[in-house]
Parts: sequence; C-alpha cells; structure tokens
Amino acid sequence: MRGKKTKRSASSPAVTTVVVMRLYIANNAPNSLRAIANLEAICKEHLKGNFKLEIIDVLETPLRALADGILVTPSLAKMSPSPAAKIVGNLSDKSSVLHALGISVE
Amino acid sequence: MGGKKNAVPQILPKIATGIPGFDELSHGGLPRYRTSLLKGGPGSGKTVFALQSIVNAARRRQEPGIFVAFEESTRQILANAASFDWGLPALARNKLFFLDAKLSPEVVHSGEFDLTGMLAMLKAKKEEIGAKWIVFDGIDVLLTLLQNPMSEMREIYRIRDWLADNEVNAAIITAKVDGDSSEIVNYGFLQFMVDCVVRFERRLEHGVALHRIQITKYRGSDFAAGEYPVSFGPAGMEVDAPEPTEIKQVASGERVSAGFERLDTMLGGGLFRGSSTLITGVPGTSKTTLAGKFVEAGCRRGERTLFVSFDESADRIARNLTSVGIHLKTHIKSGLLRMYSGRTETIGAEDHLVKLKALIREHRPRCMVIDPISAIAKAGGIAAARAVANRFIYLAKDEKITVMVTAINEGDVPETEATDLQISTIADTWIHLSYLIRSGERNRALTIIKSRGTWHSNQVRELVLSDAGPMLADVYTAGGEVLMGTLRWEKEGEERAKTTQRRAEFDRKRGELQVAEADTRARIKALQQDLERQRLELATYSSDNEARIVSSSDREQELRRIRSADPAGRAVNGTMPSLAKDRAYRGSGNSGRKNKKEARDAR
Repeated sequence: MRGKKTKRSASSPAVTTVVVMRLYIANNAPNSLRAIANLEAICKEHLKGNFKLEIIDVLETPLRALADGILVTPSLAKMSPSPAAKIVGNLSDKSSVLHALGISVE
Repeated sequence: MGGKKNAVPQILPKIATGIPGFDELSHGGLPRYRTSLLKGGPGSGKTVFALQSIVNAARRRQEPGIFVAFEESTRQILANAASFDWGLPALARNKLFFLDAKLSPEVVHSGEFDLTGMLAMLKAKKEEIGAKWIVFDGIDVLLTLLQNPMSEMREIYRIRDWLADNEVNAAIITAKVDGDSSEIVNYGFLQFMVDCVVRFERRLEHGVALHRIQITKYRGSDFAAGEYPVSFGPAGMEVDAPEPTEIKQVASGERVSAGFERLDTMLGGGLFRGSSTLITGVPGTSKTTLAGKFVEAGCRRGERTLFVSFDESADRIARNLTSVGIHLKTHIKSGLLRMYSGRTETIGAEDHLVKLKALIREHRPRCMVIDPISAIAKAGGIAAARAVANRFIYLAKDEKITVMVTAINEGDVPETEATDLQISTIADTWIHLSYLIRSGERNRALTIIKSRGTWHSNQVRELVLSDAGPMLADVYTAGGEVLMGTLRWEKEGEERAKTTQRRAEFDRKRGELQVAEADTRARIKALQQDLERQRLELATYSSDNEARIVSSSDREQELRRIRSADPAGRAVNGTMPSLAKDRAYRGSGNSGRKNKKEARDAR
C-alpha cells in the first residue's frame, strides 16, 4: 500500500490536482482542535490552495458520521484523488499524513 | 440477595441475561443500569455471552440493543453466530444495531485520537432505535491502539461517563485477558469501574477444550463463587449452574417397575419413583438389556422416556433389544420414547451434562437411561466426569425422573466400581451383573448390592435372556451356591424327577394308609360286635345262675324232707320257720336273694 502510493506520487510530482478531504472532529475536543491546526499547517505548506476541506462536527451530525464509516475522532478522510485514505489521530505525525495524502516531500 | 450489604435495605436491581445457568449463578443476572465486564482469553466465550444476552433481550423483551464490535467485523460475528438458532440476521435488521468498530489496517495513525466522536454517534443511534442494551466487544483492541496509558485511562473514563449519562438496562464490556495479564495498562481500573466482573476461561484438558465461567466481582450482591462449566449448544451458551446445596427432593413412596416382575420382586416391589439405579458389570453382562427393559416398561405405562446411549447408535440398540423381546420402535414412533446417541471422545464431561439437561428440557421424561454413564469419563479428566455424574443424578432427582444408569467396570468385583465414577455411593439402588464361571460355563448373575429404603433380595440370581425378554431363573442352591446354566438345568430335571417320584410315593403311602384305616375300622366294628355279644352273654349268664341257685336250695330242702333228716315236728312246722331260723342264723340280710347268693358263695 505504502509502495503503491509512493509510486503514484512519484508519477505526478506537481500538485496540480485538487485534494478533497473531510475532517471529522468532535467539537472543541483537544485532539480535534489539534487536528484542525495540524491539517491547516500541512495544507498551507504543501497544498498551496489546491485542496477542498470539509470539517464535520460529529457531535452535530453523528448519524452522518456513522454512515460515513467514522469511528473515532479526529479522523481525516481523503476523498480524491484516489486512492481514498483514512487517517485517525490529531495529525501530529506530519510525515505519515503526507504519505497518506499522497503528497511527496522534496 | 444483597446479603453483604444488610445496611442497604434496597435490593440491587438485576436484569436477566436469559443465559441458562448464569442467571442462577448471579442470583438474577447482570446489574441493571450498570456496567459489567467480561474478561477472558481468546475463544473463551465472552462475545457469545454478550451477544446472547442482547439477543435474548431483543427476542424476549423487545429491547433493542447496540453491539459495538472492536475486534471482529459484523459479518464475522453474524457468521460465527450462525450455528445458534437465534435468527440473528433478522434481528440485525430491526432490533439490533451492529457497529463495525474495527479500525481497518489500512487506516493510517497519526497522533492521538479519542472516542468523543464515536460515543456521540452511539448516543444518536441509541436514541434513534431506543436501545436498552449496549455491548462494547473487545474494548482492549481499541484501547491498545491508543498506545498511551494516559489516553487509555482517559478513554475508559469517557466510556464510564457516557454510560452514566446514557442509561441502558445493561452495558457489557468485553476485554481479552490472558491469565491475569492484559495488554490494557489500565486493566485494573477497568475492573474497578464496573459493578460486575465475569471471568471466562477456555483450557485444554486431555485434548478436550473445557470452558469455564466465574463471577469474580458483583458489587452489592452475593453470587455463587467458583468456577462453573460452560458449554455451547444450538441455543447458545449454557452455564452449568450449581445445584442447591440443600437436598430438598421429596421422597416418593410410589414404586415403578424396574423392567420385569421377578426383578421387582427382588427389589421389594420395584424402584421408587424418582430414584436412581446403577447397573454395573463387565461388557456383555446385558446391562443395556436391563436398561432397555426398564425403558420399555416405562413406555408401556405411558410415561415419557429418554434413552441416552454413548458410542452406539440408537438404531442398533433398538435392533439388538428386539432380539431379546424388547420392542422400542413403536414407542419411538409414538414420540413417547426419545433415543439419543452421543459420541464421547470429542466433548468434555460438562458438555455432556449440558446436553443431557437440554434433552431433559426438550423431552420432559419421567424415566431415563444413560448407557453407559461411564462413557462421560472418556474425554477430559476423571474428576470432572465424577462431578458430572453426581450432578446428573441430583438433577434427575430434582426433576423426579426415575433414572437408570449403567457403568462398565473392569473385573468382576463390584467394589472396583467405587474407584471409577463413584456413582454407587449416591445411587439409590445398585444392581451388579457378573459372569459366574462354573463347570465350563459362563452364566450371567444378578445381584442387588443395595437398594435404599426397601427390602431387597440378597440372593445372587441367574439372568437368562430369551426372545421373550430377560428373566431371572428359579433359584437352586447346592452347598450354599446358586446353581446356574447346565447345573441349574440338571437340577431342574432332577427336581422334576424327584417330584414325580415323590408323588408316586405319596400316592402309594396314601393307599396304604387308606387300607390301614379301613382295616382298623373293620376291627373296631368286630370288637364292638364282640362287646355286644359279651354283654348279652353276661346278662344271660347272671339270670340263669340265680335261677339255678334258687332251684338248688329248694332242691336241698326237698331232698332233706325226702330223706326225713329233720324231725317230723319240725317238718310239721313247715318250711317257713326253717327258713326264718336259717335267716337268723346267718345274721341280718337285706334280701333273700342276696343271702342266697352269699350262701352259695360260702359254699
């Protein structure tokens, strides 16, 4: 899986494609706030505006989150480009997030 | 209940799980509105317990439930439970909600996460379906993903708070624990947090998996401490709950036939209703035949009967019994008799007990046979088998089932049975079958070793099988030994000849006596005739003599007169004065006749 992603990101080094993501948070829970901050930093640094991020508060729309297959918060779902990926946690481990999002780091 | 907390008058509310045996152990089920922890190694039955509880709640009380599966997918759970007759797929569509809470291995972990979101979703789902039960299955899987003792602790607290806020009838958390160690760092806290802890164990004994359950904690309630066997049947899990320690069976005075009349006679009129009988013997001593006869007698009385055999198919047994005049097939067809054949090497003794319990519940027999009960000791330890045999007999007593069990013992000494399952001590009646070898023959002998509360024959009898069924032969003793087989046959022949001889002898003797009697009668008659004749003779003789005496004295006077021996004057005086003179001379007398007689005598 990891190898597959590396290959893909290597074939498209430029960040021309828009990354569509959903971040599921639990209101102002510490981990959720941290995740928002961490993700914003990553986007700013590596995606430079080529992304769409929807932040969903599970406490407000729990049944939707359930339908989306979310279990724990915070969870980040990468919708496109494929392959889809799911990252759980406050996104403090930047390299694994970049990896999962298919963003290659110079 | 609540015995430990006498100061608190209110009874701890409980909710039944519907798991046979567990509600008895826990005196009512799980704590209501509280959380219970099920802990145990892999495959120990935690998930089945949790699942069965919510299935029962959904089916029996229409209470919806949520099952959060951290370890297995919903699909796996449904597949695993397919062997139970719960109708789980249908329940999963309306009454039960399964949350696949197993984090896919493809999910990337980056930093800490928590259960805030999940609990919010569960709250929403709970309100949506009105769930009254919730199960967190395999919480250890989730907690270990947190990779941080602090986070673990925090999430355990979070779950506890959620459970406190979202009241359900019962919450169940299961956690994998191997031995006493767990991968959950805050495992101790988890135990502290809950009100009830149930430990599950699966262990191998002699190559057979044995399942055990034990309540290790129950806040505010007493419970049956100790380890209890668990087994799995088509209805799910079943705990072999302990029987009440006090024996409360009512002794019945009613007698039922042990199979056939002569045996009943030996038993002082049959077996007591609800009693237990042990038949021991080496292979081939027709233990099964006796049991079959007992079963047939039960069916003939119209009583529901259960025949449990091990390692031999019911069909074969029925066929073999037909050859000795015991016909069970019609009773099987009518539904009165249920025959069940179990294999022994694959399951442990406790599983047998659970199976037997299930059979008893299904068939509700009044008479029951287990042939042989010693088979339960085949797999697993002897101690377990012994306990199971005892429990079975007590169970049968509680259910007032008249039970007959057979046991194979090695050797021909009945006492060796005592080293085996030790049923002989609790069985009410103990019949021992053996072979007696004498004069080149092997004959079956039946002995009643004991029969509680009744007179019984102390004699060793020969058991004879024929196409008319088993029977006990007449007793012949010679030199203090019961004769059997050919010896008995010879004795019978001899006895018949003797009888004939005796009869002839008797007839002859009677004839003789009759003759003698007739003879005596004849003699008495003759004697009586003699007597009569003699009487007559005597009478005749007496009167003759008198006449002669009178005449002779007259003659003397006449003679004197004729001879003129007396003076004439005297003679002139006449006869009379002479007579008077004579009378005076002889002194006083009463009668002339007497005087005459005396006079005659004097002469």
